[in-house]
This record gives sequence, structure tokens and C-alpha cells, in this order.
Amino acid sequence: MRNTWAIYRKELKSYFASPIAYLLMAAFALIFGYFFYAATAIFVTRGMESQMMGRGMPMDMNEWVIRPLLMNVSVIALFLIPMITMRLFAEEKRSGTIELLMTSPVRDVEIIAGKWLAAETLLASILGISALNLIFLFIHGQPDWRPILIGYLGLLLQGGALLAIGAFISTTTRNQIIAGGATFAACLLLWILDWVSSYETAAWAKVMTYLSVVTHFEPFSKGILDTKDVVFYLSVIFLGLFLTARSMESLRWRA
Amino acid sequence: MIKVDGLTKRYARTVAVDDISFEVEKGRIVGFLGPNGAGKTTTMRVLTCFLPPTRGGVEVGGFDVLKQPLEVKRRIGYLPETPPLYPEMEVTEYLNFVASLKRIPKAETRQRVDQAIERCSLGEVRNLLQSKLSKGYRQRVGLAQAIIHNPDVLVLDEPTAGLDPKQILETRQLIKNLAGDHTIILSTHILPEVEQTCEQVIIINKGKLVAKDTVDNLTRRLRGSEAVAVEVEGRDGPLDAGEVRQRLEQVPGVSRVLAKAGGQNRCSFEVESLQGRSIRAEMARAVVEAGWNLTELRPVAFSLEEIFLQLTASEEPAAAGGEK
Ligand SMILES: Nc1ncnc2c1ncn2[C@@H]1O[C@H](COP(=O)(O)OP(=O)(O)OP(=O)(O)O)[C@@H](O)[C@H]1O
Ligand SMILES: [Mg+2]
Repeated sequence: MRNTWAIYRKELKSYFASPIAYLLMAAFALIFGYFFYAATAIFVTRGMESQMMGRGMPMDMNEWVIRPLLMNVSVIALFLIPMITMRLFAEEKRSGTIELLMTSPVRDVEIIAGKWLAAETLLASILGISALNLIFLFIHGQPDWRPILIGYLGLLLQGGALLAIGAFISTTTRNQIIAGGATFAACLLLWILDWVSSYETAAWAKVMTYLSVVTHFEPFSKGILDTKDVVFYLSVIFLGLFLTARSMESLRWRA
Repeated sequence: MIKVDGLTKRYARTVAVDDISFEVEKGRIVGFLGPNGAGKTTTMRVLTCFLPPTRGGVEVGGFDVLKQPLEVKRRIGYLPETPPLYPEMEVTEYLNFVASLKRIPKAETRQRVDQAIERCSLGEVRNLLQSKLSKGYRQRVGLAQAIIHNPDVLVLDEPTAGLDPKQILETRQLIKNLAGDHTIILSTHILPEVEQTCEQVIIINKGKLVAKDTVDNLTRRLRGSEAVAVEVEGRDGPLDAGEVRQRLEQVPGVSRVLAKAGGQNRCSFEVESLQGRSIRAEMARAVVEAGWNLTELRPVAFSLEEIFLQLTASEEPAAAGGEK
């Protein structure tokens, strides 16, 4: 436990000691700001139109602003993941510090847990920036906060699953760029898997749609907390970290 | 304390370590000697549980590296070939991190870190980022990292590489001081280092054990045999080097003959004697009786360097290191 904590702190420190964390935050803030502006602008014009046409029904902010925003963020996150995970193990292998970790009285799971938690924390702080924008919505309107929380939970679960996969990929090479590229490809693949569902209804298409991380995020964006989606994400996290552990073990075999 | 029994380590294609066995008693300092690519680092990585052995048993402090790696790791301090530093960490911060990895209790951490800093003379750089350290300081931080938890066994892969002469002396002294409570195994290419710091030497070459002995015994062994430089000249007409060689090899007490240089009618050899035999007189007689001129007969000093090169250069290590 203490080891996990030590590794966690060390990882966070190296994220924030290098420009990478700030770079990702800045990039995300910019992109999210743009989407936020677009979504609220549409909301405001539509709202004025419907008022002029005499329909008094106020528009649902959750439905019109927050949901599309969350969907957008879930896609942006796919692009952040590789940058967060690529160095996790590849860098330790390259610099030789892996020898320190693997010859210390620390279990592999403690190392993996510490690293994954640090990655998840960085992701959470990047996503946290978007929450600052949402404060405006609370100042100027009355959105329901429960779906928002569920949406963010979904983002963290989806991100956690992809981070676990990225961590695994990072153990397989000592080259950060390769790790990042492969993780990006994996994220992209898991995103587009459900596209087949638009023209194919065979069983294999259903399986692919099921495996798509985005499919499972949609209910979260609507504020629906469904156990089967949570289970899906948790299983992917578990699988990813399990593969990471196996890979670390075989790392010893292959050196 | 360390028990290696028939250790073999194979990478995908290469056999890096081939059936090595040795034992190290508690409190000893052992030098691990061998040319580049001999398998020193590989052996040390197996000892420290970084790599599993392909075959053979390895025990440290009574624990098997495969069955109880955590127990082994708890008792070992390891300085890898490249010091495992994190560029974005300061020295003190790094040592604190290592302290928690090594399960040093929180209350003791401060004291242990200060002690390691003092022992490795890191006072000047304690608040410097590790990316800014010079090679020698990196090595010293690596050493501090290895001794911080006061381990029973220290495994040091080329601990003095990259240090300045003064530091080398200090480090050797430090290693000597650590012996007694600690069992130390260190690898090196530098022979005087072994003579000065170690009690026992293990020499390997191309993955095979070439010799294992105490430094004293090894030196005695060198003194026991003698090496002689011989130059022979043909009395009339050209000289057949092969014939001379054959003649020299027949002299009783000669263990081997190395050709040094040859010319039209003269050639020189280096001749080594068997343990405890004096061969100069016999050899002079043999040359003269064969009808040649003996133009030079000179004893050459046998340094540890030479023994090392000799042992590691020979194709059949068993023949050269047969003792023990
Ligand atoms: N990760 C690896 N994969 C494949 N072969 C390796 C690996 N590491 C080492 N080897 C090979 O194993 C052999 C022994 O290497 P090792 O690093 O143990 O030598 P060494 O005695 O430490 O040499 P040096 O004095 O240069 O440090 C070499 O032939 C090397 O090429
Ligand atoms: Mg080496």
C-alpha cells in the first residue's frame, strides 16, 4: 500500500515536472472551450427562436448543452490517453530505472496500481478544467447536476479503461513514440468499432459494437447509470491491468 | 550467503551465462572479473531477481530467487550498470523515494537518507536535479541508493566506473568499510581494484567460469609458476620456428609456449612453467644441445593482468582454471 503510494506520488510528480501535463491541460481547455462556446451559442439562439415563435417551453440545458459536450469530451479523451500512458513503462525501460523498481521489495501489482492511479489522476485533472466552464451554466441556468456527475463518472471509467490498455502497450516497448502510436491506434479502433452497426446487423457487428468504448459511454452522457456499462468498463480496466502484469513478468524473461 | 549452483542464463539466441557455480560466505567481498560480454551483468541481474535463471539454483541469504523473490529483494542492495536515476527528481527526494520502496520505516527515513548522503559524499549536490549531475555523481547516487537500507548483500556492477581517482579510492574504502556486516559482490575490469578490495575473485569469460579463488591464492599461484622470454638464433642458416617450439615444449616442466616474434634465423617465445618448477637451466641446455644459439633468456614478471588475460583468452577455460 505504501509502495503504491510512493510510486503514485513519483509518477504524478514526473507528469507535473515535465511540460506534458500543462500542455495537455492547455490543449484540452482550448478545444473544450471551443465546443462549449458552440454548444451554448446554439442553445441560446434556439432558445430565442422558440420564444419568438411563442412556445413558452424552456429548453432542457442538460439535453442541449451538456450531453453533446460530454460526448465530445469522450472523443477528445481518446486523443489524450496515448500522451498520458506512453511513458509509463517505456521510459523506465529505456532509462534503466525499471531495474530499481523490479529489484526492490515491491510487488508488480503495486507498481502497476500506482502508475495507473497517477494516470487516472492526471486525466481527472485535465477533465476537471471542463468543469470550470460548466460553472457558468449553473450561474446562468438551472441544469440538473446529477446527470453531469454521472457523465463525469463515465468519462473517468472510459478513460480508466483506455489508460489500462495504454499501460499495457507501454510495457511492450522501450520507445515512447511507438507506445504512444500503438495506443492511439488502439483507442481509435475501440472508438470506431461501433460504426459497423449503422449498416450491418449480423452477430459479429453486434459484438464489435459491444466492444466499442463509445457505445457504453452514451448512457452516461444521458445521465443514465447502467450497471452493465459500469461492469464493461471495470472489466476492461481489469483486463488491461492484468495484461500489464503478465507483460511485466515476461519482461523479466525476455529482458 | 550467496549460493549459485549450475546457473545458466540464455537470452533468445545467446547463452550469456553457462553453468556457473560459486558460493560466497557472509561478510566477504568478492570481485567478479571478466572481459566485456562475459556475463557479469547477467549474473548479477539473476542474483537480484531482475532476471530469472534459465537453469540452476540461486539462493541469497537462504532464499531462492524464484520461489521467494520478495525476501531476496529485501536483503539486497543493487547498483546496476547504469545508475537508475530519475532526471526530474532531486537527489534527496530520490533517496526518499528509494527509502519507501525499500520499506524503511517513515521515522527512520530521514536519518538513513542523511547517512547515505554522507557516506557517498553527496552533500554538495543533495538539492540538485539528477539530470544535472555529472557522471561521477550519478554513480555515487547509485551507490547511495544501493546502501540506503543497509542490506545484507550488496551487488555492485562496476561501482567505480566514471569516478575520478580520488573518488575511486574513497569508494574502495567505503566498500571495504561496508564489508563485515555486508556480503559484497562487485564486478570490474580493473585488476588492481580486485587486489585492493576483494578477498575472493571469480573470473568468468564468455559465460563460463574460468577461475575462482582467494586473491592470495591466485597471487601465490602466479608466483609459483614462472614465465620466461626466450630468443633463439640459428647457428648456420635459417631456423624453423616450428621445430624450436617443439623442442621447447619437450623440456620437462614447461606448461606452454607462446610464439612472440620470428625472423629469418631468429625467433622468440614466451615459455611458462608448471606450478613450482624452475625451467631456465633445462631450457638453456635444450637449446644449446639442439645446435642453436640462445640469445636471450629472461624471466618476465607475471602480473595479475597477465593471468587475467591468459585465463580469459584461453579457449579451454577448464584447463587453465582447473584448480579448486
Ligand atoms: N537483453 C539482452 N538480450 C540479448 N542478449 C543479451 C542481453 N543482455 C546481454 N546479452 C548478451 O549476453 C552476454 C553477456 O552480457 P553481459 O551484459 O552480462 O556482459 P558483462 O560481463 O556485463 O559485460 P560488460 O563488461 O561489457 O558490462 C553478451 O554476449 C550480451 O550480448
Ligand atoms: Mg556489465
